[in-house]
Parts: sequence; C-alpha cells; structure tokens
Amino acid sequence: MAPRLKLFLPLILFAVLAAFLFRGLSLDPTALPSALIDRPLPDFQLTALADDRPLTRDDVIGEPALFNVWATWCISCRVEHPYLQQLADSGVPIYGINYKDEDGAARRWLRDLGNPYRANIVDREGTLGVDLGVYGAPETYLVDAAGVIRYRHVGVIDERVWRDTLEPLWREILALETSP
Amino acid sequence: MNRLLTATLALWMLLLGLPAAAVIETYEFSEPALEKRYRELSQELRCPKCQNQNIADSNAPISQDLRRLLHQQLEAGASDQEILEFMVARYGEFVRYRPAFNAATAVLWLAPVLLLLAGAAGLLLLLRGRKPSPATLDSDEQARLANLLQSAEKDA
Repeated sequence: MAPRLKLFLPLILFAVLAAFLFRGLSLDPTALPSALIDRPLPDFQLTALADDRPLTRDDVIGEPALFNVWATWCISCRVEHPYLQQLADSGVPIYGINYKDEDGAARRWLRDLGNPYRANIVDREGTLGVDLGVYGAPETYLVDAAGVIRYRHVGVIDERVWRDTLEPLWREILALETSP
Repeated sequence: MNRLLTATLALWMLLLGLPAAAVIETYEFSEPALEKRYRELSQELRCPKCQNQNIADSNAPISQDLRRLLHQQLEAGASDQEILEFMVARYGEFVRYRPAFNAATAVLWLAPVLLLLAGAAGLLLLLRGRKPSPATLDSDEQARLANLLQSAEKDA
C-alpha cells in the first residue's frame, strides 16, 4: 500500500499547490486590513471646505455616515464621483475628507461635477489621513452614529461594491440605530 | 572661450543634479543620535502604499508624510517604542518589517522554523526508507521464481 501511495505524492503536491495558486488569483495583495475597525473616528481640528470655518469630530458624528477620502489629483475619485452623488441623492449621508488637495481646485471640482457631500473636511497636510491609516485615495469609511468606524473600503465605490459589501453593513447599522 | 565652456558645462551639470536631490527631502536634526534613529526607523517602517519598499526608499506621498511625522516625533523626544506603536495603531503590524509577535503574526514568525522541521523530518523518512532490503529469497519465493522462469521459457 505504502509504495502505491508514494506514486500519488506528486499529484497530491500538485493539487495542494494548485489550490493555493487558485486562491491567490482572487486575492488582492494591496488590500490591507484597517487597524481602525471598531475604533472611534479620530479627533481632528480642521476646517470646512465650503466656508473655512472650523470643523471638528463632534460636528460630523451623530448619525451613520460614509466618510469618503478624495482629492482632485485622484483619477479614481472622478470615476466614483457620479455614484457617490447617486448614493447621496438616495439619502445616504456622505462626508468628504479632501485629502492633500488645493482648496481652489476642490471647490471647482464640486461646482463642476456636483457635490454629494454633507460637508468637506479640509485635510491639506494629510494629518487626519494618517490618523485614519489612509494610504491612498479614494478610501471610504463607514461610521456609525456613535462615531465608531465599522468598515473601510479602499478603492472606487461602484454599484457592485455598494450592493455586495457596504449596503448590507449599512442596513445592519441603521437597523441597530432604530431598534434600541 | 574654453573657460566659458567649462563654466557652462559645470552649471549644466549642477542643474541636472537638482531634480535628483529634490526627490527625497532632508531633515535637520538637533542631535546626531536622532538622525541615526531616524535612519534606522525609516528603514524599519514599511510604506503602506508601495508595499515592497520602506519609507526611506519610497517616494509615495504617504511615505513623505510618515517621514515628516517620524522627524517631528523624534524631535519631540518620543522613544522608538512610542513611534512604532503610533504607526502600528494606524496602519497595523503591516507597517513594520519586523512585526511584534502576537496571535496574528505567529504564523509569519513560526512558519520558517516549522517548514524547516517538516523538511528535515521528510528527509529523515526518505533516508530511512532507502535501507537495502535483504536480497535472499525464502523457499516459497524460490519455488515461485523457478515457476515463473519455466513459464517464461515456454512462452519464448
């Protein structure tokens, strides 16, 4: 029996290797788990893009919302912009974090392409970005009413991402808020 | 004429050299010891965006930010441990090239040792299996051999 089994060893090794490689095809090596899941949204003392007035953490929490990190230099942000507008129109509160950008360019962008954001936090130096563990744009954080980060999505939000990952979480959070 | 040419050439080279110097900014440190720690830490910390570079080598905007923070924190008197904790709290253990040993990183640290042990065990088994088997036949086998040889001769 044992020598027979030995004959199958290369086949078994191949099968194991193939299984690992096949799994690898659908993994994204650049996707990092966020260190801030289930942690509170970091404190910040920044300004609003619209009127340069001070904006702090207390101003933006209180109901579940999306926090979208964007910039005018970020090509993918332009891609996801229409879908964000669609989400905002359907009643999802979205706050923008204008990440390492120029105010003028950002205001022009919102004027030309539409403004899906409740408010925009100006993070010119990327300090809030670092506190959030942002490493690129676009990134989107799902924050609940208590100001706790529940999920982070790196990359463009489109209909598929919303339907498959964000919306179920969003509904879950909303259900929790309304049935205490 | 010749002197003018040399001067122009020298100026040219100087200007050509400028972009290279502008790629990675330099920081002034109040103490040489801080600069040494800056160099060590910026090589230990990994760029979250370009994952196979440390923040010292990477020119990604996020690496520039992290280098600036590193400089600020060193000058503010933070210990290496505090700085690493600050980074890990934001970017996870991923941001360190030598992550702390915990439940999540145990596989990473132990896998090389385990694989080495498994390989050694496999090699040992393989070598044991190679022991030459006794080349003598007992009387039953002798009889079967004789039979086989006979039938082979008949077939031929």
